[in-house]
Amino acid sequence: MKQFIAFVRKEFFHVLRDRRTLLILFGMPIAQILIFGFALTNEVKDSEILVVDYAKDDASQQIITEIAASRYFNIRNAALTHKEMLSTFQKGKIKAVIVFPASFNRYLLHNNQAQIQVITDATDINTANMITNYLTAIIKDYQAKINENLLVPYQIIPETRMLYNPQLKGAHGFVPGVMALVLMLVSVMMTAISIVREKEMGTMEILLVSPFKPVLVIFAKAFPYLILSLINVTAILFLSVFALDLPVKGSLLLLFLESTLFIITCLALGIFISIKTDSQQIAMLISLMGMLLPTMMFSGFLFPIENMPVPLQVISNIIPSKWFYIIVKSIMIKGLGIGSLWKETLILAGMTLFLLTVSLKSFKIRLQ
Amino acid sequence: MEEKVIVCDKLTKRFGYFIATNEISFEVNKGEIFGFLGANGAGKTTAMRMLCGLSAPTSGSATIAGYDVYSETEKIKRNIGYMSQKFSLYENLTVLENVEFFGGIYGLTDQEIKEKTEELASKLGLKSEMKKLVGSLPLGWKQKLSFSVAVLHEPKIVFLDEPTGGVDPVTRRQFWDLIYEAADRRITVFVTTHYMDEAEYCNRISIMVDGRIEVLDTPANLKKQFQANSMDEVFYQLARSAKRADS
Repeated sequence: MKQFIAFVRKEFFHVLRDRRTLLILFGMPIAQILIFGFALTNEVKDSEILVVDYAKDDASQQIITEIAASRYFNIRNAALTHKEMLSTFQKGKIKAVIVFPASFNRYLLHNNQAQIQVITDATDINTANMITNYLTAIIKDYQAKINENLLVPYQIIPETRMLYNPQLKGAHGFVPGVMALVLMLVSVMMTAISIVREKEMGTMEILLVSPFKPVLVIFAKAFPYLILSLINVTAILFLSVFALDLPVKGSLLLLFLESTLFIITCLALGIFISIKTDSQQIAMLISLMGMLLPTMMFSGFLFPIENMPVPLQVISNIIPSKWFYIIVKSIMIKGLGIGSLWKETLILAGMTLFLLTVSLKSFKIRLQ
Repeated sequence: MEEKVIVCDKLTKRFGYFIATNEISFEVNKGEIFGFLGANGAGKTTAMRMLCGLSAPTSGSATIAGYDVYSETEKIKRNIGYMSQKFSLYENLTVLENVEFFGGIYGLTDQEIKEKTEELASKLGLKSEMKKLVGSLPLGWKQKLSFSVAVLHEPKIVFLDEPTGGVDPVTRRQFWDLIYEAADRRITVFVTTHYMDEAEYCNRISIMVDGRIEVLDTPANLKKQFQANSMDEVFYQLARSAKRADS
């Protein structure tokens, strides 16, 4: 045990001495959370929009109240001519204009159908897209509310050209995504590199000649990264709760247990890579191309898996981060417990066991 | 009768059809400085790996410090020190941290490590350098430090794999002073080298050619046998007959 402690202590010295490693370790998760977080929320928050209400009836007023209630928009009321509206846009003061036609409510009640015009400043395409999506969602919400007790549903048609709506659905999916990504990077790449470095430097031989057991060498090398990864999980959660207002709905303990499981999966992967390669560059390339890229593509974090062709959907099943992403998303956002996640957990545990067995086996073969 | 610390009998290692080490037999006495010579690819490293318990022999037998290389590798590892041809300390750790680490994994107590550290610092004249990163030291010092760390736990045998590569003659001489000192403490030194002046420093040397030990004797006897003026000539006469290419 004392030997193990001496080893882990040395390992921490390595990490803390290397500025680049430190930067990747702690700079990256923070940067990613902040970039993803504020790229998604800051632009649309408190956007100035103009409401031109020719109807001034119950329905239009209720929708305006709903829009004003959301934290995305600041509403300014005005009756403008078309020309005046254009010049306001040109000054860049407002992001969008909503126009309710006259007799809006009457159309809705008698024809079961009414129209709203949403005009956005599309010089900044992303912002325009998001504003349109958010407004559309608010209007749909209202529509659903008034339709609750009706047989023949009313239809409000927001007249806009940008109709798809992925952002609102997955707005906070990035925190679990970043978590999977960061843990992949830290646990797989760092572990692989640090073990391969010992091979390259020739110190691995010295360790293998020492009475310190080879299997323990591997565990002692991986152990600090388990700790560092857990610190990273804590940092990401801390940021997501306090900087992004995204609380953890489910059990925090369960979240940490599942994260530990995933970290061990990653460590096993890193160990496997380190046994199969002999240079740091190759270890890094394999980790990046073989692990990070699939995590981005197949975890469902950036691209929804349901929209992929079937063969790709099948492939996505062998990516550990896909399962971890589902687990974290379910715990953080939906607040689910282990009862609903045992299947994913079992799959992840199975993968971990398999990887650990394979890497320890090939490590022994190498020694002969 | 001298105590034998290394006894090899027809030790062989095959990789498929390739016979890296072919039935080598020799004995090394306690406290002896044994030179293990041979051209690149002659099978020195393979033999040494077997003796250190890193690689299992295909056939033959060997005992190191009285322990069997097949079944008692753990005990062997406790009784040997090893210094590889690549520099083998951690560059981004300080001298002190390196000593503490290697002392730690060899299971020395804190007290022992402290004593050893002080002893090492005064012997190498590194007292003011203990808190410096090893990477910032000159190569000669690194090698001497590396050797001192390899014998930190007072092993019965220390294996040195080309320990003085790239070091200037003065430092090499100092390095050999350390080796002699270790031998005086009855530590057996098993050393490979390509410097023939170093071969002369050994008590006995063996020269491997194509996986076999071709000759084994004291440097003086070998020179007489080959009617040569220096070990250089002896080595050249033997190595020229090698069929294996440089691996």
